[in-house]
Amino acid sequence: MMDARQNLLILGGGLVGMTLALAAARKGLSSHVVDRADPADLLAEGFDGRASAISTASWNLFGNIGLADRLEPLGCPIASIAVSDQLKPGAIDFRPGPEDGTLGRMFANRDLRQALFDAAKDEPLIHWHAMSEIAERHRDDFGVSVTLANGTVLHGSLMIGAEGRASPTREDAGLVVAKWDYRHRAIIAGLTHELPHRNVAWEIFYPAGPFALLPMLDTADGAHRSALVWTVDESDASGVLKLSDRAFLAELHQRMGTLFGEVIAAGPRASYPLGFHHTARVTADRLALVGDAAHGIHPIAGQGLNLGLRDVGALVQVLSDGALLGLEPGDAQLLSRYEKWRGLDAFTVALATDGLTRLFGIPGNFASAARRFGMAAVERTPALKDFFMDEARGVTGDLPEMLKE
Amino acid sequence: MDDATVSNVSHGTTQLGSGVTIRPEEAAHFGSLAADWWDPKGSSAMLHRLNPVRLRFLRDAVDMHWGGDVETTRPLDGKRALDVGCGAGLLCEPLRRMGADVTGVDASAQNIAAAMAHAEGSGLDIDYRAGELGSLGLGTFDLVTSLEVIEHVADKQRFMAQLVGHLAPDGLMVLSTPNRTARSRMLMVEGAELLGLIPRGTHDWSDFLTPEELTDLCQIVGLTVTSTQGIGFSPTKGLHLSDDLALNYILTARRRSAPTL
Repeated sequence: MMDARQNLLILGGGLVGMTLALAAARKGLSSHVVDRADPADLLAEGFDGRASAISTASWNLFGNIGLADRLEPLGCPIASIAVSDQLKPGAIDFRPGPEDGTLGRMFANRDLRQALFDAAKDEPLIHWHAMSEIAERHRDDFGVSVTLANGTVLHGSLMIGAEGRASPTREDAGLVVAKWDYRHRAIIAGLTHELPHRNVAWEIFYPAGPFALLPMLDTADGAHRSALVWTVDESDASGVLKLSDRAFLAELHQRMGTLFGEVIAAGPRASYPLGFHHTARVTADRLALVGDAAHGIHPIAGQGLNLGLRDVGALVQVLSDGALLGLEPGDAQLLSRYEKWRGLDAFTVALATDGLTRLFGIPGNFASAARRFGMAAVERTPALKDFFMDEARGVTGDLPEMLKE
Repeated sequence: MDDATVSNVSHGTTQLGSGVTIRPEEAAHFGSLAADWWDPKGSSAMLHRLNPVRLRFLRDAVDMHWGGDVETTRPLDGKRALDVGCGAGLLCEPLRRMGADVTGVDASAQNIAAAMAHAEGSGLDIDYRAGELGSLGLGTFDLVTSLEVIEHVADKQRFMAQLVGHLAPDGLMVLSTPNRTARSRMLMVEGAELLGLIPRGTHDWSDFLTPEELTDLCQIVGLTVTSTQGIGFSPTKGLHLSDDLALNYILTARRRSAPTL
């Protein structure tokens, strides 16, 4: 069975892959989107308690693909970031000046996914193949294709690996990945608590690693919520996951005190390894990597998504500029422009992350978490402050058009 | 692409221009020739890198000339385009994607066979002709291009006259060629060719035209040059459009309106 050739063959239809399909459609580029998961599972309550900090630049991208109205009521603005050393008195409060714009908005990944999926269903340029396993990938001089497990062959001009950290497309292409494993895991869970968070994101440092609380919107019945990101040693992670609810709440109380009053309940817990990775190259012949498939600064963090959305903006701009010149999406000169653009950006991030780790001479989870919020370490290193404030908003570097207002 | 295949070359007999046919094994040979021409890291690497730059100039010229929508991906819909010295079709294919009915002419039958093989793989319908432009009887075109060609032509005035002969009354012509300067000799002939970025022996520097000389030639054959831009090179920006004409330049021209007597 054959399916019509589309411009893009996007492998991985998660947050980054689907945003790419929608952004490309805005520029008249058609796509196949292939994902093995069942969208119903991805949208089920409890599947993914993760939340993402959406930078101003990423927010502009969602606006440019027509999702602003839909997402506006679902995001919780971050008004300031409080950094504290083990809840001792004297927390540092980062609050942008009136001219600086917000530090971002917190979204439940599930809400982002729902909005993207709904928009993709209504977009005639997107051909979505959910619950599809890929049996074979093929790239040649004239195009790309995948053969699905059911025998369907999908064709395109450019293949895009958007499957996240363990991208099989990247592995298939033999693109080399450099990895730093910090031997720590992040425990994440949604919390409901007694007092409102006042739009403050908290970063509390403990010798074992940072403990972060990210503000989420209140539930419909008025319960106050935050997203927890708690870094623990790899060897402790499974123990934390197995704790009874009561014991888990007691652990939380020990670390966050009565910052938000009593913690009333914690949702399902999950854990993710902390690490940093990026590929030496983000392109090959008729292939581009986006999002965590190319580089991830943190598997669970909002900044990782922001980095991925910048890939989306850059790639769509390169391809649509090329289309105006009669160059097809697989054109090597276009991919070379994307490579220079995003390769450099990833290098900047690599330097910053590595620099921080060296600067403080302490385990990488500190630097990783600090960078994620664009804060913490920054106060002690004034030169880095502006860099991180801008990174949190996602406005450094050469910003793609679709990430501008 | 290093793993280039020639599987898209048809196994039947390929029609080559008017009355010239090539055998299947030759088609396979031209297929591999096409693969080399079209390999962005191969012997034509410099032309590949030049392509987006000259296409940017050409696109702006098209939008200016016909006052079209700068956002459309098919600004040449309904237009006839002729590319003279088309090689393996590096320019013809984008022109076709921009909507033009494209005719590509090259003196080398090998190049034309390579171009045909590649267009077939790309699924593009392009009319390729091998031979001398003057003897093909092609009629006139809205857009006539000849990029990086005139420096290789012996009788430049006769060549220019032939180009004009194929330009429709309101048509647009786009030409590009290296300048004859100390810098172009150093960079293009002694530099790029020695480094293998351009095939050795591609260029004879003394045959290069300065912008003034080409503008004069245009005048002689009845054209007015309407804009000229340089194509520069820098280590950080690569090849780019520039005000500096010293290395390479690209220009637009149109027929000079008949002088009022």
